Amino acid sequence: MAFFFAQLLTGLANASSLFLVASGLSLIFGVTRIVNFAHGSFYMLGAFIGVTLMEVLPGHFGFWGSILLTGLAVGLIGAIVEIVVLRPIYRAPELFQLVATFGVILVIQDLTLMIWGAEDRLGPRAPGLRGIWRIFGEPVPKYDIVLIAMTPFILFGLWYLITRTRLGVLVRAATQDREMVGALGVNQAWLFTGVFALGSALAGWGGALQLPKGGADLLMDFNIIGTIFVIVVIGGMGSLPGAFIAAVLISVLNVLGVTYLPSSTLVLMFVVMAVVLIIRPYGLLGREEVAGEHGQVGAPETPIRPYGRLGQAVIAGLLVLMALLPLVADQFLLILTIDMIVFALFAASLHFILGTGGLVSFGHAAFFGGGAYAAALLVYHFDTPMEIAFLFAPLAAGLLALGIGWFCIRLTGVYFAMLTLAFSQLVWSLAYQWRAVTRGDDGLISIWPTDWLSGTVPYYYFTLILGVGGILFLRHVIHAPFGYALRAGRDSPRQAEAMGIDVKRIQFAAFALAGVMAGLAGGMFVFSKGSVFPTELEIAASFDALIVVFLGGVKTLAGGVVGAGFMTVVEDWLTRLEYWRLLLGLVIIAVVIIAPEGIVGSIRSAWARYRGTGDEEVAK
Amino acid sequence: MLSVEAVHSYYGKAHILDGLSFEVRRGEVVALLGRNGAGKSTTMKSVMQLVRPRQGRVMFQGADLVGEPSYRVAKSGIGYVPEDRRIFTDLTVMENLEVGRQPARKGAPDWTIEQLFDIFPNLKERRTNRGKHMSGGEQQMLTIARTLMGNPLLLLLDEPSEGIAPVIVEQMAETIKTLKAEGLTVMISEQNLHFARAVADRAIIIEGGEKKFDGSFAELEAQPEIRDAYLSV
Ligand SMILES: Nc1ncnc2c1ncn2[C@@H]1O[C@H](COP(=O)(O)OP(=O)(O)OP(=O)(O)O)[C@@H](O)[C@H]1O
Ligand SMILES: [Mg+2]
Repeated sequence: MAFFFAQLLTGLANASSLFLVASGLSLIFGVTRIVNFAHGSFYMLGAFIGVTLMEVLPGHFGFWGSILLTGLAVGLIGAIVEIVVLRPIYRAPELFQLVATFGVILVIQDLTLMIWGAEDRLGPRAPGLRGIWRIFGEPVPKYDIVLIAMTPFILFGLWYLITRTRLGVLVRAATQDREMVGALGVNQAWLFTGVFALGSALAGWGGALQLPKGGADLLMDFNIIGTIFVIVVIGGMGSLPGAFIAAVLISVLNVLGVTYLPSSTLVLMFVVMAVVLIIRPYGLLGREEVAGEHGQVGAPETPIRPYGRLGQAVIAGLLVLMALLPLVADQFLLILTIDMIVFALFAASLHFILGTGGLVSFGHAAFFGGGAYAAALLVYHFDTPMEIAFLFAPLAAGLLALGIGWFCIRLTGVYFAMLTLAFSQLVWSLAYQWRAVTRGDDGLISIWPTDWLSGTVPYYYFTLILGVGGILFLRHVIHAPFGYALRAGRDSPRQAEAMGIDVKRIQFAAFALAGVMAGLAGGMFVFSKGSVFPTELEIAASFDALIVVFLGGVKTLAGGVVGAGFMTVVEDWLTRLEYWRLLLGLVIIAVVIIAPEGIVGSIRSAWARYRGTGDEEVAK
Repeated sequence: MLSVEAVHSYYGKAHILDGLSFEVRRGEVVALLGRNGAGKSTTMKSVMQLVRPRQGRVMFQGADLVGEPSYRVAKSGIGYVPEDRRIFTDLTVMENLEVGRQPARKGAPDWTIEQLFDIFPNLKERRTNRGKHMSGGEQQMLTIARTLMGNPLLLLLDEPSEGIAPVIVEQMAETIKTLKAEGLTVMISEQNLHFARAVADRAIIIEGGEKKFDGSFAELEAQPEIRDAYLSV
């Protein structure tokens, strides 16, 4: 019992820093409606800045003063990020903002690396709070007790700010109707900047406060962001009390999980989130999100047109070139092209559900990796011939998508994205932790194609036919009645329902189809590499695909394909540079701000302008 | 005080205001009349810059507002009450009023919460109620009171009589007269000709985003064909 109590205290102590960070994210979302993936980066900056300040400033005053200053510094950085990166894109669709904050993550990562170096820093102990207190005979660090004691004050402070001050009133009003707040004479631009700075400061404080329990390292940003999102989503986006309850819940569960169910640690919180979202689709204390409620609908889409003569000629020419490629290309170029085609199909499948379906999935890698694993497991454990095992890639991925989709489709927006993320984390942890079957992070190896496909050239044609075939099939579906119904459901669900379209059902089918196609890509992938590792299922893999779709352009299928080609080449070239993340991050941010239609979209608009048949009228 | 000069406004490709011009002089109450879809709300939004005119000028106190952010329009002294009210439903009455609060402005009546409660006694009783728990009429009063907290020189009221009980409409007419007596300049948009005649000094009629009539109610009375053509009475 005493042990259990001590565990509970540890959980509560962890919760205080998590709550700080999560409340910042929640606050930012509540007002700006921006899902800020870079929030973990501010937490990391808080840790590094905090360590540095604590080294300079001595004693009690130095320690607590450093923490205070850290929050202010991180808040300032947040304000700069908001003004430079986010201000120009508040009216852009959700995905653009997500991708922009993702660019910020990359930039901050490399800047941190430049300034502080790659070595982990150990956090200093809090002066005067180094030892332990015994509670019911169990040792509990003094600093933990102080953290626990502080949490109610933090909660009270935030509560006071939000409910009792003019700033808080404006913030809550802007959460509901920012345009009206502006029409009443409040400069919302500065309100947003202020809220973003405050949210970032809270993340910075969280990072600095956890220093005596941990330290500062370059992986902190990604390590915390998953947890923080889970907390905010469980609590309900935008709800501070919700974030508090969820922070306590998750921290305590984590501590207990480590003790009683060690193998569950990686998935526990995602399971909790999935359960909460299935029962309460908007989190414990969240409000329903209505798309466009906040005057933030993206520009209306131009109706998609089939390619003209010229377009068709270009595509046919490209295909001929690709078919002839083995005559001239060396091994390296062929393999690079195979990678490109595989990635293009994967991206096209994501584009299908995201662009045409309007469902932003954060867990699409589950189907790519799931397909790859399905085929690899059959080969590895049962020596199944490739011809059969390969078929299981799209099949298994499709079934997985049916299962996951059944839960996710009922949600929308951010909550849909988070639930897909949760499920993909589940799949990932299965691959990672069920070593007996999947061999964990040793991966499944020696998964080679059958004899007649074993050369690079035959496999190249195999990939080319299936990859291009898959993409053309998706294109066909988009232009078929099914695709129109899907888009109708995306643009105006109510009208679509009124026209007799079962929107959820169509979306469910589309989700499954996207899963099948991603699985097909996964199957092509595993036999080209001869192995598969849990990394293919990671969040990062899903994000790569998201970025690719976005870079290419969300509005056209070609966008995903071109983006994949661009990314494969650029990554191959970029990753040789020392600070490639910084560059990639800057490129992403630049694309978001300067060419928000992506590569293909921008070319199209330029072409249309050139021809004088502009879309620009519509884009107001 | 306000002069709208050859304004063209669009929603996407739809051309809504077609070279609209009119003036509002200090101290008067002007009624903007027209059928459903005539462009009354769009006119007010174009003044507030919630819709950006693509051509033309909106001169207020000697400065062109076109292109300014809405908050600056509000700060320059124009108060806007939208037709759909847009109460902050999760905020209490007092908090809604707080959002609208701006410092006193020279030449404009300076409203205190107590004065507003005198004009709208219902709000006083419901001061701690949330916006979503109020009736349509109460919400209409709240949205006007909220805008008055900004101490505007000119008040734009978009269909204040729409969707509220007849008793409240009468009360609303009294209110607008009170506001005028306090020295406020008011422009209301209306479909209800009786209400407009009861409160306004002058009528402007628009149809299809163009001005069709501008004059006193007596002049309008003398030209029944205009009334029949552009107003649904
Ligand atoms: N957000 C919008 N997008 C596109 N068209 C719009 C939008 N708002 C209004 N319209 C169109 O603009 C025209 C003018 O609308 P407006 O709201 O200004 O009319 P109104 O005179 O205020 O009518 P009502 O008496 O019904 O309020 C109408 O044809 C309407 O359909
Ligand atoms: Mg109207």
